[in-house]
Amino acid sequence: MASGVKPRVKVPKTAAAGDTITIKTLISHKMESGQRKDDDGNIIPRSIINRFTCDFNGENVVDIVLEAAISTNPYLEFEAIVPEAGEFKFTWYDDDGSIYETAKSIAIG
Amino acid sequence: MELTRRNAILMGAGALVVAGLPMRASASVDDVIAQFTGGAEVGTGDITITAPEIAENGNTVPIEVSSGTAVEILVLATGNPTPNVATFKFGKLAASRAASTRIRLAGTQDVVAIAKLDDGTFVKASSTVKVTIGGCGG
Repeated sequence: MASGVKPRVKVPKTAAAGDTITIKTLISHKMESGQRKDDDGNIIPRSIINRFTCDFNGENVVDIVLEAAISTNPYLEFEAIVPEAGEFKFTWYDDDGSIYETAKSIAIG
Repeated sequence: MELTRRNAILMGAGALVVAGLPMRASASVDDVIAQFTGGAEVGTGDITITAPEIAENGNTVPIEVSSGTAVEILVLATGNPTPNVATFKFGKLAASRAASTRIRLAGTQDVVAIAKLDDGTFVKASSTVKVTIGGCGG
């Protein structure tokens, strides 16, 4: 697939050390479930994002396995601790082998 | 076959049975749970699942799972063609054992969350969602 996939992530720009922040992520992806049929009655093959990970300076925050029951444009919200200034790295793994990455840095202040 | 009143009633009953079948795929749900827990007992307790009571559109149903001490949370939609929805694993820097997302539901059904707690036990919570329009195409 890999057409029109655009990751969007919302992370605060600054936080106090040790603070808890909420992270919201959204990636545009059709998440074809493999259950639908086209006009000729053929099953449209499954094409989804099957895994999402978020790391901060190499430490894991969440690792989520996504299945076909996740909606189009998968949205995920979770909370993370910020022990120091650094960079959040977000990775989405597509069924077709593509990997979509984005990163957001956060400062202490 | 002549369309008598008796036949019409029989056909109606048959159609009802067929229509009811896809919503009862509970055997595979048990399999998925057993695979996750390794056959361990599943209790109730430190887990909550938040889902709307009525979802007008089964294509995007917002849900939230949270648990105080979970290391892993499995979410299942018991009435979907494939019951697995997602598995959340929380790492060292996860501030809370909670996450929210949007899921697809094929019809009115129970959404189940099972958490593996840090002491190795499993707890379960479920929530019934009424779905007006199913979200699996068809």
